Amino acid sequence: MTDPVVQLAGCAKTYPGSPLVHALRPVDLTIRTGDYLAVVGPSGSGKSTLLNLLGLLDRPSAGTYRLSGVDVAGLRERERTALRGRRVGFVFQAFHLLPYRTALENVALARLYVTTAARPRAEAAAEALRRVGLGHRLHALPTTMSGGERQRVAIARALVNSPDLLLCDEPTGNLDSATAHAVMDLLEQLNDCGVTVVVITHDPAVAARARRRVTILDGRLSESDSESELA
Amino acid sequence: MSGIRATRLTLRDLLAEALAGLVQRPGRSVLTMLGTVLGVGAFVAVLGLTSTATGQIGKSFSLLQDTTVTVDDLGGASTGDGTGTGRARMDFPPDTDARLARLNGVADGGVWWTVPLRNPVISPRADVTVEPGNGSGGGDLALFAASPGALRAMQPTLATGRLYNDFHQRRGEHVCLLGSSAARLLGITRVDNRPAVFVNGTAYTVVGLVSDVQRLPQTLLGMVIPSSTALNTYGAPADSPAQAVIRTRPGAARLIARQAATALRPDRPELLKAVPPPDPHALRDQVSTDLSGLFLVLAAICLVVGAVGIANTTLVAVLERTGEIGLRRALGARPRHITAQFLTESTALGALGGLIGTSVGVAVVVATALARHWTAVLEPYAVLPAPLIGALVGFAAGLYPALRAARIEPLDALRR
Repeated sequence: MTDPVVQLAGCAKTYPGSPLVHALRPVDLTIRTGDYLAVVGPSGSGKSTLLNLLGLLDRPSAGTYRLSGVDVAGLRERERTALRGRRVGFVFQAFHLLPYRTALENVALARLYVTTAARPRAEAAAEALRRVGLGHRLHALPTTMSGGERQRVAIARALVNSPDLLLCDEPTGNLDSATAHAVMDLLEQLNDCGVTVVVITHDPAVAARARRRVTILDGRLSESDSESELA
Repeated sequence: MSGIRATRLTLRDLLAEALAGLVQRPGRSVLTMLGTVLGVGAFVAVLGLTSTATGQIGKSFSLLQDTTVTVDDLGGASTGDGTGTGRARMDFPPDTDARLARLNGVADGGVWWTVPLRNPVISPRADVTVEPGNGSGGGDLALFAASPGALRAMQPTLATGRLYNDFHQRRGEHVCLLGSSAARLLGITRVDNRPAVFVNGTAYTVVGLVSDVQRLPQTLLGMVIPSSTALNTYGAPADSPAQAVIRTRPGAARLIARQAATALRPDRPELLKAVPPPDPHALRDQVSTDLSGLFLVLAAICLVVGAVGIANTTLVAVLERTGEIGLRRALGARPRHITAQFLTESTALGALGGLIGTSVGVAVVVATALARHWTAVLEPYAVLPAPLIGALVGFAAGLYPALRAARIEPLDALRR
């Protein structure tokens, strides 16, 4: 059996100060390949801290974090950066698309730092865009696209490196409900194809669509019994 | 941990990213470049104009000037009686021509002066002895004495006739040459009928008409008689002292200038002072320093302004693109990749500004040269490194913003 994608054991994050700020109390969490996990909680609950830890944007203060079997604590900065670039795909609330680059170029940007050959980059980017249903808008600028289209470009960018983990931070926060629905459909569809998805949200409607849900409150994580809720 | 190969950024990708960064805001890029364009343009234009102007001096500083040495008679002034002018004196030896001719490097040389006659009446007719300037008279004409050597050193072009020579000099013959202007005033157009000119009633046979001279052009406005004749008839030069004029072989002028006084008056060389032609190199250097110093300072100020402009814009771009920086970091860019990208952008901006500035500078130099009918001279050492200077300015200006960009935490950047 393969390693779980994410294995948190006693992982905690405190920020210095008096008294210490416990952004995240010690957490044990295992995410397996193909999981679809929603992290729910109000703002200030520690969601973002968890996202930053999972996405290797921050280091835990205590505990161990294994991403695809690699103990992150033992990594130097450049290795952490490399792991982040290759194994984690990010989808942000604000999309973070470069406004003067076409959809294709925006997606190809994710390949910039991990591969050196330019031509396969564009091919992979086009393939990822087709996968999110934007095969007809390869050369459109983000400024000419709708919010839903932009978020799909961002998802394509997150997918193009075939990451072990797709980390979505409030992916529907800037979208109207109909568009949000379509984006959630897409994430679900990707999960059906085997992509491991973690969605961080404060929106219960978004969380309800995940197959697993964890709730975070005041830095404490608790897993709801997904099976019972589905019933 | 075989799966964790470090992320990287090839030079080609780096350049492509930097270029894309510049092109996405073309208007701003152009404005940012302006300072560098002006600075580098001024730099190239100043150096180009200076070398063009000095090249011009080099051109006008001709072979003629470079082969002319004059020797002045200091006379009384140096012997201390203080009334050097007005007293008749002649410190050149009678055999000046021969002494000069013996010097290696002298082509021709001799002594000349303005004959000390107050209002000489020069006339084609013997009966006009007074009343200067009445119709046919030559009251405004000057009378010069020149040894045959000085005459040859003048390199005259004869309209007709011939020069007087050592024979006339030795015998103190009353012969003369007329300058073209003087001849026209006196109504003399030919010499084969042996016309005579009367100076205060004394007859001189005209042996030749001079249409042009290379040296001592003032003689064209008067008549020239042998120096021995002048000395015998009118005495030593008084109002304006005698002067030796020497035509040297090319390159020998400064040597001859050092030797002439001693060769002419081994007993009292301090009576004479040789004047060499100005050194063209010294002349050129002087012009360069005079002209360009101030403008180079101005160009440097422009460059500093350009650097501040680039630094400012790059800093603004970094702040503006915080989200992009965070995204790139999330996508696997290391801090050094971010630094490299912004540094490349600012350097490219500087280099582009330098390139445009160089073109503008060259255009200014060429346009100026064309307008003045000069030859444009552009030293490669001034033009070729100019775009490089722009690149350096851009690089230096981008250092701080680029390092600052690298310190941006992706965490904060992505939250915006």
